[in-house]
Amino acid sequence: MPRSASEPYDLAVIGAGPAGLAGAVTARELGLSVALLDASAQTGGQFFRHPAPATGAARPQALHHGWPAFTALRERLTASGTDHLTGHHVWTVTREGEDAWTVHALTGPDGDGDRPVRVHARAVLLATGAQERHLPFPGWTLPGVVGAGGAQAMLKSGLVLPGRRIVVAGSGPLLLAVASSLATAGARVPAVVEAAGYLGYARHPRALATNPHKLLEAVVHGSLLLRHRVRLRTRSAVTAVHGTDRVEAVTVSRIDRAWRPLPGTDRRIVCDALAAGHGLAPQIELATTVGCATRRTADGTDALVLDELQRSSVPGLWSAGETGGVGGWQLAVVEGEMAARAAAAHLCPRPALAHDGRMRELRRRRDRMRAFADAMAAAHAPGPGWTGWLTDDTDVCRCEEVTAGRIREAAGDLGARDARTVKLLTRAGMGWCQGRTCGAAVACLAAAGTAQGTVPPSAERRPLAVPVPLGVLGSDPPDTARTTPAARPAHPPKKGSRT
Amino acid sequence: MVGAACAYYAARSGLTVTVVDRGPVAGGTTGAGEGNLLVSDKEPGPELDLALLSTGLWRTLAEDLPQHTEYEPKGGLVVASTGPGLDALRDFAAAQATAGVTAREIPADRLHDLEPHLAPGLPGGVHYPQDAQVQPALAAAHLLRASRAEVRTGEEVTAVLTGPGGEVRGVRTPSGTLHAPCVVNAAGTWGGELARLAGAYLPVLPRRGFVLVTEPLPRVVRHKVYAADYVADVASASAALQTSAVVEGTPAGPVLIGASRERVGFDRTLSVEVLRRLAAQATALFPVLARVRALRTYAGFRPYMPDHLPAIGADPRVPGLLHACGHEGAGIGLAPATGLIIARLLTGGEPPLDVTPFRPGRFAAA
Ligand SMILES: Cc1cc2nc3c(=O)[nH]c(=O)nc-3n(C[C@H](O)[C@H](O)[C@H](O)COP(=O)(O)OP(=O)(O)OC[C@H]3O[C@@H](n4cnc5c(N)ncnc54)[C@H](O)[C@@H]3O)c2cc1C
Ligand SMILES: Cc1cc2nc3c(=O)[nH]c(=O)nc-3n(C[C@H](O)[C@H](O)[C@H](O)COP(=O)(O)OP(=O)(O)OC[C@H]3O[C@@H](n4cnc5c(N)ncnc54)[C@H](O)[C@@H]3O)c2cc1C
Repeated sequence: MPRSASEPYDLAVIGAGPAGLAGAVTARELGLSVALLDASAQTGGQFFRHPAPATGAARPQALHHGWPAFTALRERLTASGTDHLTGHHVWTVTREGEDAWTVHALTGPDGDGDRPVRVHARAVLLATGAQERHLPFPGWTLPGVVGAGGAQAMLKSGLVLPGRRIVVAGSGPLLLAVASSLATAGARVPAVVEAAGYLGYARHPRALATNPHKLLEAVVHGSLLLRHRVRLRTRSAVTAVHGTDRVEAVTVSRIDRAWRPLPGTDRRIVCDALAAGHGLAPQIELATTVGCATRRTADGTDALVLDELQRSSVPGLWSAGETGGVGGWQLAVVEGEMAARAAAAHLCPRPALAHDGRMRELRRRRDRMRAFADAMAAAHAPGPGWTGWLTDDTDVCRCEEVTAGRIREAAGDLGARDARTVKLLTRAGMGWCQGRTCGAAVACLAAAGTAQGTVPPSAERRPLAVPVPLGVLGSDPPDTARTTPAARPAHPPKKGSRT
Repeated sequence: MVGAACAYYAARSGLTVTVVDRGPVAGGTTGAGEGNLLVSDKEPGPELDLALLSTGLWRTLAEDLPQHTEYEPKGGLVVASTGPGLDALRDFAAAQATAGVTAREIPADRLHDLEPHLAPGLPGGVHYPQDAQVQPALAAAHLLRASRAEVRTGEEVTAVLTGPGGEVRGVRTPSGTLHAPCVVNAAGTWGGELARLAGAYLPVLPRRGFVLVTEPLPRVVRHKVYAADYVADVASASAALQTSAVVEGTPAGPVLIGASRERVGFDRTLSVEVLRRLAAQATALFPVLARVRALRTYAGFRPYMPDHLPAIGADPRVPGLLHACGHEGAGIGLAPATGLIIARLLTGGEPPLDVTPFRPGRFAAA
């Protein structure tokens, strides 16, 4: 049946990572019309990031386990007749009424295209993933210091190594993956410096026992690291970076359970780059702007509150993957399928879809992986003592060059107790990245000494998820750029094989 | 802002002051608005008198407080978009001049001397050198610190205590009671609720405004620049959406574009239509801004009064209760004058100007 351009899609999926891909193909195969939007030109998201075809890089799968699962999803996407809108940077989502949404996007590789679009849909599946969390330390602004996930992403995009002797530091399971990728790609990794003790996992034996694939991953990374003679130092942190024009060495200190450096344990490690990261934080601004409820995760980030069927607290908005709490790509795929089935159950309506055997099976798998993710988050939660690493002249907000000293002054003399007030009084978090990099650190510094401890009071709001040119904002954008109706199958394709 | 100013002037008059706020410093509308200190948008009358008094007080405060308030006496430029618009603007400015406002007409061919990036073809405008700006959150925090008042943030006033004669005895918060013979209601948009706690009545309503903030830029906008329609929007009582962009640069670099006005209760939902209109109006004034990116937007709720005048003074029914709220879109500008009036009333002194137009008792309880 031909459709007009103003007719809404049944489902708009935002994010073409593992969660969004699984959600889009499932929804389409169940007969819904689907628009899949992503800022990137390719599918795959963070985990299945791969070089653009033009770079001619061979064998992207070398850096990924689970590559076959991804290619299967990608093939189903092509076969399904989903409208895949690449290079669409969603800046906001608005709810126009019951089962009526508008997704506002900028186009072009950097969102600077002159053609903004509005995509109308009856429901939204938000699968925008996570971003890396950074905690500052003296010297973290020196050239040669990169994000751990960022280094991984660069490798996966077919780009260069950040250095030849790279220390990997911070906290979270991603560090091991990053270290093995770097080592496999030819870098020397003198140490992986992990602030948590891996013993933390032992407190959750059930979660471990029921997630054998995670153990497998750990063993794979472990043996790779052994082969490359990478030393894992737990309960340690990089507390200073040395060098004038770029990184020359780092100081690694032992830390206690509260992440306070232990005196007399400093050791200097020579290196020319440092890849640092402290886990991932869900990317949920599109959802918080429409009022979705959030919860504080065990490691102090904010994730969306989602129910048994992946529904957010706002009717018509489903979410899957890291937005509901960081848990890895397999969990994201399961949740994407669940959310799509639940949305189809509501929109078709086919209530049975939300409760059939497949859904029960998916739910079991999700609950098992979520339990593991929660255990992991608890083990890697930053201890309150980390702010002790910061000297008063350490830049915390890089965009606005606000030092730890100025934030402490705002929190002390001027009475700021939360990130928002610190921002108003110091401009920390008001720059280009809008606090995406420094937000966690600022919140901890502001709250230090208050009853809430290191926990900021509420999820930050960022009504513009990406910067929007005023000329674009001021124009009245046309409705959805739709592919011609003929290009879409008249009937949903036959169900493909399920992974 | 208003509470901080009241605390500052009251403490300087020798009173012992405690400031109670359920949120953080500048956590109310003060942290969600802009810091224009305008005389240009006010017609002759009591509000303009208050603004003129404040203009002088802000200048003194800027000298007494550290640089951090980002006070800038940069002046305002109101531009007309049509010939008849310019005539109306000229009449408006002439009336303001009789009330003490300095206003200078700028012919079309001189507009670009003041604002090089202004759109071509505008018929002319009026320059108001008394318009200035501060960074409101910084100003409030520094004024509060300079007052040396005891500051209790994160404590909500849940009751106003009264004695046998109905007179105020203090307030109750979750952490206990605070005794004081006088209580000043500087609860801004929530001033009506605080009044109700004390058995008094004030019709304060929220009037929503959005502000757009751009990426940091070198100075492209030098004054506060706005189109002449703005004045009509400010004075309007309509609940419907009105936008007329005021464009201004800030010392830190970003350009602020504000602000819309609409009465929709305390609804924070992002309105794409509001942002579209603000952006369209700003780029019509300054075409160079079209390629500049907005990094963020925020909304605040102005404390709106049905007659557009704040309530400043003693409550007619509750002895010891004073109100200092309902400044709508001008509370930053009007704060020092308000604080000075409150301090004079608390100490039995003579107010610096006629306060009858602001008396809280002017509204009949519904
Ligand atoms: C830097 C980084 C490196 C990582 N490396 C690894 C690793 O090596 N191993 C591992 O197991 N896990 C890794 N992860 C974790 C990985 O994110 C998840 O396991 C998995 O990719 C989650 O899938 P997802 O679909 O929820 O989100 P993602 O894969 O993150 O996909 C989200 C997608 O949404 C799009 N998007 C976001 N916001 C918008 C917007 N406003 N408009 C349009 N599109 C938008 C993004 O472009 C992206 O394609 C990494 C994460 C990050 C942030
Ligand atoms: C978008 C926008 C732009 C603006 N631009 C300008 C401008 O350019 N120039 C200008 O002069 N004005 C401007 N304003 C208006 C200005 O922001 C307000 O008039 C001013 O901030 C009001 O200050 P206030 O101290 O009365 O209120 P607030 O700053 O709201 O302070 C009231 C305080 O009372 C506290 N409170 C409330 N109830 C209780 C309780 N029960 N117990 C304890 N504490 C309580 C609140 O937490 C709050 O902190 C703008 C407003 C908006 C929304």
